[in-house]
Amino acid sequence: MFRDAALVCGKDLRIEVRSRVTLNQVVPFAAVVVILFGLALGPDRKVLAPAAAGLFWVAVLLSAVLAVQRSFAVESADDAREGLRLSGLDPAGIFLGKVAAVLAELLVLEAVLTFAVALLYGAHLQQAGLLGASAILATIGLAAIGILYGAVSSGLRVRETLLPLLFLPIAAPVLLAATKSWDISLSGGDGGAGTWLTVLGVFAILYVAIGTLAFGPLLEDR
Amino acid sequence: MTAFAGTGSSGAVGATDPAQVGASPATAPVLPTGPVPGAGTLLPVSRSHVRAAPALRVTGALAVLGVAATVWLGLFVTPDAVNFGNLVRLLYVHPPMAWVAFLAYGVAGLSSLLYLWPRTRDRRVDRLAGASAEAGVVFTGLTLVTGSIWGRPTWGVWWAWDPLLTTTALLFVLYLGYLALRRVPGDPETVAKRAAASLVAFLDVPIVYFSVTWWRSLHQPPTIDLAGRHLYVHGSMAWTLLLGFVSFTLVYVWLVGHRYRLARLRDEESSHGLELALAERRQEGAT
Repeated sequence: MFRDAALVCGKDLRIEVRSRVTLNQVVPFAAVVVILFGLALGPDRKVLAPAAAGLFWVAVLLSAVLAVQRSFAVESADDAREGLRLSGLDPAGIFLGKVAAVLAELLVLEAVLTFAVALLYGAHLQQAGLLGASAILATIGLAAIGILYGAVSSGLRVRETLLPLLFLPIAAPVLLAATKSWDISLSGGDGGAGTWLTVLGVFAILYVAIGTLAFGPLLEDR
Repeated sequence: MTAFAGTGSSGAVGATDPAQVGASPATAPVLPTGPVPGAGTLLPVSRSHVRAAPALRVTGALAVLGVAATVWLGLFVTPDAVNFGNLVRLLYVHPPMAWVAFLAYGVAGLSSLLYLWPRTRDRRVDRLAGASAEAGVVFTGLTLVTGSIWGRPTWGVWWAWDPLLTTTALLFVLYLGYLALRRVPGDPETVAKRAAASLVAFLDVPIVYFSVTWWRSLHQPPTIDLAGRHLYVHGSMAWTLLLGFVSFTLVYVWLVGHRYRLARLRDEESSHGLELALAERRQEGAT
Protein backbone atom coordinates (compact mmCIF):
# COMPACT_ATOMS: atom_id res chain seq x y z
CA MET A 1 0.00 0.00 0.00
CA PHE A 2 2.73 2.47 0.92
CA ARG A 3 4.79 1.50 -2.13
CA ASP A 4 1.73 2.22 -4.30
CA ALA A 5 1.27 5.51 -2.47
CA ALA A 6 4.87 6.48 -3.17
CA LEU A 7 4.41 5.63 -6.87
CA VAL A 8 1.24 7.72 -7.22
CA CYS A 9 2.72 10.59 -5.22
CA GLY A 10 5.85 10.53 -7.36
CA LYS A 11 3.77 10.55 -10.53
CA ASP A 12 1.68 13.53 -9.40
CA LEU A 13 4.71 15.50 -8.26
CA ARG A 14 6.56 14.72 -11.49
CA ILE A 15 3.60 16.07 -13.47
CA GLU A 16 3.67 19.16 -11.26
CA VAL A 17 7.41 19.68 -11.72
CA ARG A 18 7.01 19.43 -15.49
CA SER A 19 3.81 21.47 -15.87
CA ARG A 20 4.27 23.90 -12.93
CA VAL A 21 0.53 24.57 -12.76
CA THR A 22 0.41 24.84 -8.97
CA LEU A 23 3.53 26.96 -8.81
CA ASN A 24 2.61 29.29 -11.67
CA GLN A 25 -1.13 29.54 -11.07
CA VAL A 26 -2.26 28.41 -7.62
CA VAL A 27 0.48 30.14 -5.60
CA PRO A 28 -0.07 33.49 -7.40
CA PHE A 29 -3.80 33.02 -6.83
CA ALA A 30 -3.18 32.71 -3.08
CA ALA A 31 -1.08 35.89 -3.22
CA VAL A 32 -3.95 37.68 -4.99
CA VAL A 33 -6.34 36.60 -2.24
CA VAL A 34 -3.97 37.93 0.43
CA ILE A 35 -3.67 41.27 -1.39
CA LEU A 36 -7.44 41.48 -1.84
CA PHE A 37 -7.97 40.95 1.90
CA GLY A 38 -5.57 43.81 2.48
CA LEU A 39 -7.58 46.05 0.18
CA ALA A 40 -10.87 44.99 1.79
CA LEU A 41 -9.69 45.68 5.35
CA GLY A 42 -7.66 48.80 4.64
CA PRO A 43 -3.98 49.58 5.19
CA ASP A 44 -4.18 49.79 8.98
CA ARG A 45 -1.75 47.28 10.50
CA LYS A 46 -3.67 47.36 13.77
CA VAL A 47 -6.52 45.72 11.87
CA LEU A 48 -4.47 43.48 9.58
CA ALA A 49 -1.97 41.98 12.03
CA PRO A 50 -4.58 40.45 14.42
CA ALA A 51 -6.55 39.10 11.45
CA ALA A 52 -3.46 37.69 9.73
CA ALA A 53 -3.91 34.09 10.92
CA GLY A 54 -7.54 33.86 9.79
CA LEU A 55 -6.89 35.50 6.44
CA PHE A 56 -3.91 33.23 5.84
CA TRP A 57 -5.98 30.11 6.40
CA VAL A 58 -8.90 31.31 4.29
CA ALA A 59 -6.41 31.90 1.47
CA VAL A 60 -5.02 28.38 1.99
CA LEU A 61 -8.52 26.89 1.95
CA LEU A 62 -9.41 28.57 -1.32
CA SER A 63 -6.11 27.52 -2.87
CA ALA A 64 -6.62 23.96 -1.66
CA VAL A 65 -9.81 23.77 -3.76
CA LEU A 66 -7.74 24.65 -6.84
CA ALA A 67 -4.97 22.22 -5.94
CA VAL A 68 -7.47 19.37 -5.55
CA GLN A 69 -9.20 20.25 -8.80
CA ARG A 70 -5.82 20.18 -10.52
CA SER A 71 -5.03 16.82 -8.92
CA PHE A 72 -8.14 15.28 -10.51
CA ALA A 73 -7.93 17.22 -13.78
CA VAL A 74 -4.68 15.31 -14.30
CA GLU A 75 -6.57 12.03 -13.95
CA SER A 76 -9.51 12.93 -16.17
CA ALA A 77 -7.37 13.79 -19.22
CA ASP A 78 -6.81 10.97 -21.73
CA ASP A 79 -8.80 8.51 -19.57
CA ALA A 80 -5.90 8.36 -17.13
CA ARG A 81 -8.46 7.33 -14.53
CA GLU A 82 -9.08 4.04 -16.34
CA GLY A 83 -5.36 3.50 -16.50
CA LEU A 84 -5.12 4.05 -12.77
CA ARG A 85 -7.90 1.53 -12.12
CA LEU A 86 -6.38 -1.04 -14.46
CA SER A 87 -2.92 -0.58 -12.95
CA GLY A 88 -3.83 -2.89 -10.07
CA LEU A 89 -2.64 -0.41 -7.47
CA ASP A 90 -4.30 -0.55 -4.09
CA PRO A 91 -7.08 2.11 -3.93
CA ALA A 92 -5.94 3.05 -0.44
CA GLY A 93 -2.44 3.53 -1.82
CA ILE A 94 -3.75 5.74 -4.63
CA PHE A 95 -5.62 7.81 -2.06
CA LEU A 96 -2.61 8.21 0.20
CA GLY A 97 -0.35 9.01 -2.75
CA LYS A 98 -2.61 11.74 -4.05
CA VAL A 99 -2.99 13.15 -0.53
CA ALA A 100 0.80 13.22 -0.13
CA ALA A 101 1.26 15.04 -3.44
CA VAL A 102 -1.35 17.70 -2.62
CA LEU A 103 0.12 17.96 0.88
CA ALA A 104 3.59 18.69 -0.54
CA GLU A 105 2.20 21.31 -2.94
CA LEU A 106 0.15 23.02 -0.26
CA LEU A 107 3.06 23.12 2.19
CA VAL A 108 5.19 24.92 -0.40
CA LEU A 109 2.30 27.31 -1.01
CA GLU A 110 1.94 27.93 2.73
CA ALA A 111 5.64 28.68 3.11
CA VAL A 112 5.42 31.34 0.39
CA LEU A 113 2.17 32.68 1.80
CA THR A 114 3.60 32.94 5.33
CA PHE A 115 6.20 35.41 4.14
CA ALA A 116 3.58 37.32 2.16
CA VAL A 117 1.46 37.63 5.31
CA ALA A 118 4.45 38.71 7.42
CA LEU A 119 5.39 41.28 4.81
CA LEU A 120 1.99 42.67 3.91
CA TYR A 121 0.11 42.41 7.22
CA GLY A 122 3.03 42.96 9.56
CA ALA A 123 2.46 39.65 11.38
CA HIS A 124 5.31 38.68 13.70
CA LEU A 125 6.48 35.17 12.96
CA GLN A 126 7.22 33.68 16.36
CA GLN A 127 7.23 30.15 17.72
CA ALA A 128 8.12 28.58 14.39
CA GLY A 129 7.67 25.10 15.88
CA LEU A 130 4.03 25.68 16.72
CA LEU A 131 3.41 27.39 13.38
CA GLY A 132 4.95 24.51 11.50
CA ALA A 133 3.32 21.72 13.52
CA SER A 134 -0.17 23.17 13.21
CA ALA A 135 0.34 23.91 9.51
CA ILE A 136 1.41 20.33 8.79
CA LEU A 137 -1.45 18.75 10.79
CA ALA A 138 -4.02 21.12 9.27
CA THR A 139 -2.76 20.52 5.76
CA ILE A 140 -2.89 16.73 6.13
CA GLY A 141 -6.56 17.09 7.08
CA LEU A 142 -7.27 19.50 4.23
CA ALA A 143 -5.53 17.30 1.66
CA ALA A 144 -7.38 14.19 2.87
CA ILE A 145 -10.87 15.74 2.69
CA GLY A 146 -9.91 17.45 -0.55
CA ILE A 147 -8.90 14.21 -2.27
CA LEU A 148 -11.93 12.36 -0.88
CA TYR A 149 -14.34 14.98 -2.22
CA GLY A 150 -12.30 15.40 -5.37
CA ALA A 151 -12.94 11.70 -6.02
CA VAL A 152 -16.63 12.08 -5.18
CA SER A 153 -17.09 14.93 -7.63
CA SER A 154 -14.58 13.88 -10.30
CA GLY A 155 -16.01 12.91 -13.64
CA LEU A 156 -19.14 14.97 -13.06
CA ARG A 157 -20.02 17.81 -15.37
CA VAL A 158 -20.68 20.05 -12.35
CA ARG A 159 -17.46 19.23 -10.49
CA GLU A 160 -16.08 22.79 -10.52
CA THR A 161 -19.08 24.12 -8.63
CA LEU A 162 -19.81 21.05 -6.53
CA LEU A 163 -16.35 20.54 -5.03
CA PRO A 164 -16.15 23.87 -3.14
CA LEU A 165 -19.71 23.40 -1.86
CA LEU A 166 -18.83 19.99 -0.42
CA PHE A 167 -15.26 20.69 0.63
CA LEU A 168 -15.36 24.10 2.32
CA PRO A 169 -18.02 23.41 5.00
CA ILE A 170 -16.32 20.13 5.93
CA ALA A 171 -13.04 22.00 6.29
CA ALA A 172 -14.56 24.51 8.73
CA PRO A 173 -13.06 22.87 11.87
CA VAL A 174 -9.59 22.96 10.27
CA LEU A 175 -9.99 26.65 9.56
CA LEU A 176 -11.11 27.26 13.14
CA ALA A 177 -8.41 25.24 14.86
CA ALA A 178 -5.55 26.27 12.59
CA THR A 179 -6.49 29.94 12.89
CA LYS A 180 -6.62 29.71 16.68
CA SER A 181 -3.32 27.93 16.89
CA TRP A 182 -1.65 30.46 14.56
CA ASP A 183 -3.23 33.31 16.50
CA ILE A 184 -1.58 32.01 19.65
CA SER A 185 1.86 31.75 18.10
CA LEU A 186 1.69 35.01 16.11
CA SER A 187 0.64 36.96 19.17
CA GLY A 188 3.37 35.34 21.23
CA GLY A 189 0.89 33.76 23.64
CA ASP A 190 1.54 30.38 25.17
CA GLY A 191 -1.52 28.63 26.65
CA GLY A 192 -4.20 26.68 24.84
CA ALA A 193 -2.38 25.66 21.70
CA GLY A 194 -2.44 22.00 22.75
CA THR A 195 -6.23 21.80 22.38
CA TRP A 196 -6.10 23.10 18.84
CA LEU A 197 -3.26 20.82 17.85
CA THR A 198 -5.35 17.92 19.19
CA VAL A 199 -8.36 19.01 17.13
CA LEU A 200 -6.17 19.23 14.02
CA GLY A 201 -4.59 15.86 14.76
CA VAL A 202 -7.93 14.09 15.33
CA PHE A 203 -9.29 15.64 12.18
CA ALA A 204 -6.29 14.56 10.11
CA ILE A 205 -6.41 10.97 11.42
CA LEU A 206 -10.20 10.73 10.96
CA TYR A 207 -10.18 11.88 7.36
CA VAL A 208 -7.14 9.94 6.30
CA ALA A 209 -8.88 6.84 7.73
CA ILE A 210 -12.25 7.59 6.08
CA GLY A 211 -10.58 8.34 2.77
CA THR A 212 -8.49 5.18 2.86
CA LEU A 213 -11.64 3.10 3.44
CA ALA A 214 -14.02 4.92 1.10
CA PHE A 215 -11.69 5.42 -1.85
CA GLY A 216 -12.05 1.83 -3.09
CA PRO A 217 -15.84 1.94 -3.67
CA LEU A 218 -15.48 5.40 -5.23
CA LEU A 219 -12.86 4.30 -7.73
CA GLU A 220 -14.51 1.07 -8.89
CA ASP A 221 -17.16 0.71 -11.61
CA ARG A 222 -17.29 4.11 -13.19
CA MET B 1 -46.07 -6.34 -25.01
CA THR B 2 -49.73 -5.56 -24.65
CA ALA B 3 -49.17 -5.20 -20.92
CA PHE B 4 -47.32 -1.98 -21.56
CA ALA B 5 -49.81 -0.53 -24.01
CA GLY B 6 -51.82 2.22 -22.40
CA THR B 7 -55.43 1.32 -21.83
CA GLY B 8 -58.03 3.62 -20.40
CA SER B 9 -56.95 3.18 -16.80
CA SER B 10 -53.21 3.56 -17.20
CA GLY B 11 -51.65 6.98 -17.19
CA ALA B 12 -48.77 8.50 -19.04
CA VAL B 13 -45.40 8.69 -17.29
CA GLY B 14 -45.64 12.37 -16.67
CA ALA B 15 -49.10 12.13 -15.19
CA THR B 16 -48.14 10.14 -12.12
CA ASP B 17 -45.73 12.66 -10.62
CA PRO B 18 -47.99 15.68 -10.10
CA ALA B 19 -50.51 13.43 -8.37
CA GLN B 20 -47.92 12.28 -5.83
CA VAL B 21 -46.56 15.73 -5.28
CA GLY B 22 -50.05 16.94 -4.66
CA ALA B 23 -50.49 14.31 -1.98
CA SER B 24 -47.66 15.78 0.10
CA PRO B 25 -47.49 19.52 -0.43
CA ALA B 26 -44.48 20.09 1.82
CA THR B 27 -42.26 18.07 -0.48
CA ALA B 28 -42.48 20.68 -3.21
CA PRO B 29 -38.85 20.63 -4.44
CA VAL B 30 -38.99 17.67 -6.80
CA LEU B 31 -35.49 16.41 -7.38
CA PRO B 32 -34.82 14.69 -10.65
CA THR B 33 -32.90 11.63 -9.53
CA GLY B 34 -32.05 10.25 -12.90
CA PRO B 35 -32.65 10.40 -16.60
CA VAL B 36 -36.29 9.99 -17.52
CA PRO B 37 -36.36 7.51 -20.34
CA GLY B 38 -38.86 7.91 -23.16
CA ALA B 39 -41.21 10.53 -21.83
CA GLY B 40 -43.88 9.41 -24.30
CA THR B 41 -43.93 5.74 -23.26
CA LEU B 42 -46.74 4.31 -21.19
CA LEU B 43 -46.30 2.35 -18.00
CA PRO B 44 -48.60 -0.01 -16.19
CA VAL B 45 -50.01 2.12 -13.43
CA SER B 46 -51.89 0.21 -10.79
CA ARG B 47 -53.90 1.58 -7.92
CA SER B 48 -51.14 0.79 -5.46
CA HIS B 49 -48.78 2.97 -7.49
CA VAL B 50 -50.91 6.08 -7.28
CA ARG B 51 -52.07 5.72 -3.69
CA ALA B 52 -49.79 5.48 -0.71
CA ALA B 53 -49.94 2.53 1.65
CA PRO B 54 -52.73 2.80 4.27
CA ALA B 55 -50.23 3.05 7.12
CA LEU B 56 -48.59 6.06 5.49
CA ARG B 57 -51.94 7.74 4.95
CA VAL B 58 -52.95 7.17 8.56
CA THR B 59 -49.58 8.63 9.64
CA GLY B 60 -50.26 11.66 7.48
CA ALA B 61 -53.71 12.18 9.01
CA LEU B 62 -52.31 11.81 12.53
CA ALA B 63 -49.48 14.22 11.74
CA VAL B 64 -51.89 16.88 10.50
CA LEU B 65 -54.14 16.39 13.54
CA GLY B 66 -51.17 16.49 15.89
CA VAL B 67 -49.77 19.71 14.41
CA ALA B 68 -53.23 21.30 14.50
CA ALA B 69 -53.62 20.33 18.15
CA THR B 70 -50.13 21.70 18.93
CA VAL B 71 -51.07 25.00 17.32
CA TRP B 72 -54.32 25.20 19.27
CA LEU B 73 -52.75 24.24 22.60
CA GLY B 74 -49.65 26.35 22.04
CA LEU B 75 -51.43 29.52 21.00
CA PHE B 76 -54.69 29.46 22.96
CA VAL B 77 -54.60 27.07 25.89
CA THR B 78 -51.16 27.34 27.50
CA PRO B 79 -50.34 30.37 29.69
CA ASP B 80 -47.55 32.93 29.25
CA ALA B 81 -44.25 32.11 30.93
CA VAL B 82 -42.93 34.29 33.75
CA ASN B 83 -39.71 35.43 32.12
CA PHE B 84 -40.54 34.94 28.48
CA GLY B 85 -44.12 36.09 27.99
CA ASN B 86 -45.68 35.03 24.73
CA LEU B 87 -42.28 34.15 23.35
CA VAL B 88 -42.44 30.86 25.20
CA ARG B 89 -44.92 29.62 22.61
CA LEU B 90 -41.99 29.11 20.24
CA LEU B 91 -40.86 26.43 22.66
CA TYR B 92 -43.60 24.13 21.41
CA VAL B 93 -42.26 24.10 17.85
CA HIS B 94 -38.55 24.98 17.94
CA PRO B 95 -37.10 22.08 19.99
CA PRO B 96 -39.28 19.49 18.21
CA MET B 97 -38.07 20.82 14.84
CA ALA B 98 -34.46 20.69 15.97
CA TRP B 99 -34.97 17.15 17.25
CA VAL B 100 -36.44 16.04 13.92
CA ALA B 101 -33.59 17.73 12.05
CA PHE B 102 -30.96 15.79 13.97
CA LEU B 103 -33.03 12.59 13.84
CA ALA B 104 -33.21 12.95 10.06
CA TYR B 105 -29.45 13.33 9.82
CA GLY B 106 -28.91 10.38 12.10
CA VAL B 107 -31.11 8.20 9.90
CA ALA B 108 -29.43 9.48 6.73
CA GLY B 109 -25.94 8.95 8.13
CA LEU B 110 -26.72 5.45 9.39
CA SER B 111 -28.30 4.43 6.08
CA SER B 112 -25.27 5.72 4.20
CA LEU B 113 -22.95 3.70 6.39
CA LEU B 114 -25.08 0.63 5.70
CA TYR B 115 -24.91 1.36 1.99
CA LEU B 116 -21.14 1.65 1.98
CA TRP B 117 -20.77 -1.69 3.72
CA PRO B 118 -21.00 -4.25 0.87
CA ARG B 119 -23.08 -6.80 2.82
CA THR B 120 -25.91 -4.37 3.51
CA ARG B 121 -25.69 -2.50 0.21
CA ASP B 122 -29.24 -2.07 -1.01
CA ARG B 123 -31.13 0.45 -3.10
CA ARG B 124 -33.73 0.76 -0.36
CA VAL B 125 -31.15 1.99 2.15
CA ASP B 126 -29.96 4.60 -0.33
CA ARG B 127 -33.51 5.80 -0.98
CA LEU B 128 -34.05 6.12 2.75
CA ALA B 129 -30.86 8.18 3.12
CA GLY B 130 -31.95 10.55 0.36
CA ALA B 131 -35.50 10.91 1.65
CA SER B 132 -34.34 11.48 5.21
CA ALA B 133 -31.73 14.08 4.22
CA GLU B 134 -34.36 16.00 2.25
CA ALA B 135 -36.70 16.12 5.23
CA GLY B 136 -33.71 17.02 7.42
CA VAL B 137 -32.84 20.05 5.32
CA VAL B 138 -36.41 21.35 5.56
CA PHE B 139 -36.46 20.96 9.33
CA THR B 140 -32.98 22.45 9.78
CA GLY B 141 -34.11 25.49 7.83
CA LEU B 142 -37.19 25.80 10.04
CA THR B 143 -35.03 25.34 13.16
CA LEU B 144 -32.72 28.16 12.11
CA VAL B 145 -35.64 30.48 11.30
CA THR B 146 -37.54 29.82 14.53
CA GLY B 147 -34.29 30.06 16.49
CA SER B 148 -33.59 33.47 14.99
CA ILE B 149 -37.10 34.64 15.87
CA TRP B 150 -36.44 33.45 19.43
CA GLY B 151 -33.00 35.06 19.54
CA ARG B 152 -34.00 38.56 18.50
CA PRO B 153 -36.18 39.42 21.54
CA THR B 154 -34.23 37.19 23.96
CA TRP B 155 -30.63 38.21 23.24
CA GLY B 156 -31.26 41.26 21.06
CA VAL B 157 -29.61 39.75 17.97
CA TRP B 158 -30.86 37.61 15.10
CA TRP B 159 -27.73 35.54 15.13
CA ALA B 160 -25.11 34.59 17.71
CA TRP B 161 -21.95 32.58 17.10
CA ASP B 162 -23.06 29.98 19.56
CA PRO B 163 -21.80 26.37 19.15
CA LEU B 164 -25.26 24.96 18.59
CA LEU B 165 -26.24 27.64 16.08
CA THR B 166 -22.97 27.50 14.20
CA THR B 167 -23.07 23.71 14.02
CA THR B 168 -26.66 23.75 12.80
CA ALA B 169 -25.88 26.33 10.14
CA LEU B 170 -22.87 24.34 8.90
CA LEU B 171 -24.95 21.18 8.88
CA PHE B 172 -27.52 22.97 6.74
CA VAL B 173 -24.87 23.95 4.18
CA LEU B 174 -23.31 20.47 4.24
CA TYR B 175 -26.61 18.83 3.43
CA LEU B 176 -27.41 21.32 0.69
CA GLY B 177 -24.17 20.10 -0.88
CA TYR B 178 -25.18 16.50 -0.34
CA LEU B 179 -28.57 17.01 -2.00
CA ALA B 180 -26.88 18.86 -4.87
CA LEU B 181 -24.63 15.82 -5.31
CA ARG B 182 -27.63 13.48 -5.34
CA ARG B 183 -29.28 15.55 -8.03
CA VAL B 184 -26.44 15.03 -10.47
CA PRO B 185 -27.72 12.46 -12.95
CA GLY B 186 -25.83 9.24 -13.56
CA ASP B 187 -25.86 5.53 -13.07
CA PRO B 188 -28.02 4.96 -9.95
CA GLU B 189 -25.46 2.79 -8.20
CA THR B 190 -22.62 5.24 -8.79
CA VAL B 191 -24.77 8.14 -7.62
CA ALA B 192 -25.69 6.22 -4.47
CA LYS B 193 -22.11 5.25 -3.77
CA ARG B 194 -20.85 8.79 -4.19
CA ALA B 195 -23.61 10.16 -2.01
CA ALA B 196 -22.97 7.61 0.72
CA ALA B 197 -19.24 8.31 0.71
CA SER B 198 -19.82 12.03 1.00
CA LEU B 199 -22.33 11.62 3.80
CA VAL B 200 -20.11 9.44 5.96
CA ALA B 201 -17.61 12.26 5.97
CA PHE B 202 -20.15 14.36 7.83
CA LEU B 203 -18.83 12.69 10.95
CA ASP B 204 -17.12 16.00 11.36
CA VAL B 205 -20.29 17.54 12.78
CA PRO B 206 -19.34 16.66 16.39
CA ILE B 207 -15.85 18.09 15.80
CA VAL B 208 -17.45 21.32 14.61
CA TYR B 209 -19.55 21.46 17.73
CA PHE B 210 -16.66 20.96 20.13
CA SER B 211 -14.26 23.25 18.33
CA VAL B 212 -16.81 26.05 18.24
CA THR B 213 -17.44 25.48 21.94
CA TRP B 214 -13.75 25.90 22.73
CA TRP B 215 -13.44 28.76 20.28
CA ARG B 216 -16.21 30.66 22.02
CA SER B 217 -15.26 29.71 25.55
CA LEU B 218 -12.02 31.64 25.13
CA HIS B 219 -14.02 34.83 24.68
CA GLN B 220 -17.26 34.66 26.60
CA PRO B 221 -19.64 32.16 28.18
CA PRO B 222 -22.09 30.38 25.86
CA THR B 223 -24.90 32.61 24.74
CA ILE B 224 -27.83 30.28 25.17
CA ASP B 225 -28.50 29.85 28.82
CA LEU B 226 -32.08 28.78 29.23
CA ALA B 227 -31.43 27.51 32.72
CA GLY B 228 -30.20 30.89 33.83
CA ARG B 229 -33.57 32.41 33.18
CA HIS B 230 -35.52 29.80 35.08
CA LEU B 231 -37.91 28.49 32.55
CA TYR B 232 -40.02 25.91 34.31
CA VAL B 233 -42.01 23.73 31.97
CA HIS B 234 -44.96 22.16 33.69
CA GLY B 235 -48.63 21.33 33.39
CA SER B 236 -50.26 22.10 30.06
CA MET B 237 -46.95 23.47 28.75
CA ALA B 238 -45.20 20.14 29.23
CA TRP B 239 -48.02 18.28 27.53
CA THR B 240 -48.01 20.68 24.60
CA LEU B 241 -44.25 20.32 24.23
CA LEU B 242 -44.58 16.54 24.29
CA LEU B 243 -47.34 16.69 21.70
CA GLY B 244 -45.11 18.93 19.58
CA PHE B 245 -42.35 16.32 19.64
CA VAL B 246 -44.71 13.50 18.74
CA SER B 247 -46.52 15.34 15.95
CA PHE B 248 -43.38 16.72 14.31
CA THR B 249 -41.86 13.25 14.38
CA LEU B 250 -45.01 11.98 12.66
CA VAL B 251 -44.68 14.72 10.05
CA TYR B 252 -41.11 13.57 9.47
CA VAL B 253 -42.15 9.92 9.06
CA TRP B 254 -44.90 10.97 6.71
CA LEU B 255 -42.64 13.13 4.52
CA VAL B 256 -39.91 10.51 4.40
CA GLY B 257 -42.49 7.86 3.53
CA HIS B 258 -43.69 9.86 0.56
CA ARG B 259 -40.25 10.80 -0.69
CA TYR B 260 -39.18 7.17 -0.36
CA ARG B 261 -42.22 6.06 -2.34
CA LEU B 262 -41.50 8.63 -5.03
CA ALA B 263 -37.88 7.48 -5.28
CA ARG B 264 -39.03 3.86 -5.60
CA LEU B 265 -41.49 4.79 -8.34
CA ARG B 266 -38.76 6.65 -10.19
CA ASP B 267 -36.50 3.60 -10.03
CA GLU B 268 -39.32 1.37 -11.28
CA GLU B 269 -40.13 3.82 -14.01
CA SER B 270 -36.60 3.94 -15.30
CA SER B 271 -36.22 0.16 -15.25
CA HIS B 272 -39.59 -0.29 -16.98
CA GLY B 273 -38.53 2.23 -19.55
CA LEU B 274 -35.43 0.18 -20.23
CA GLU B 275 -37.43 -3.05 -20.54
CA LEU B 276 -39.82 -1.33 -22.88
CA ALA B 277 -37.06 -0.04 -25.10
CA LEU B 278 -35.41 -3.48 -25.17
CA ALA B 279 -38.70 -5.14 -26.11
CA GLU B 280 -39.26 -2.64 -28.90
CA ARG B 281 -35.80 -3.30 -30.31
CA ARG B 282 -36.46 -7.05 -30.15
CA GLN B 283 -39.71 -6.61 -31.99
CA GLU B 284 -37.98 -4.60 -34.65
CA GLY B 285 -35.46 -7.39 -35.03
CA ALA B 286 -38.21 -10.02 -35.33
CA THR B 287 -40.11 -8.31 -38.12
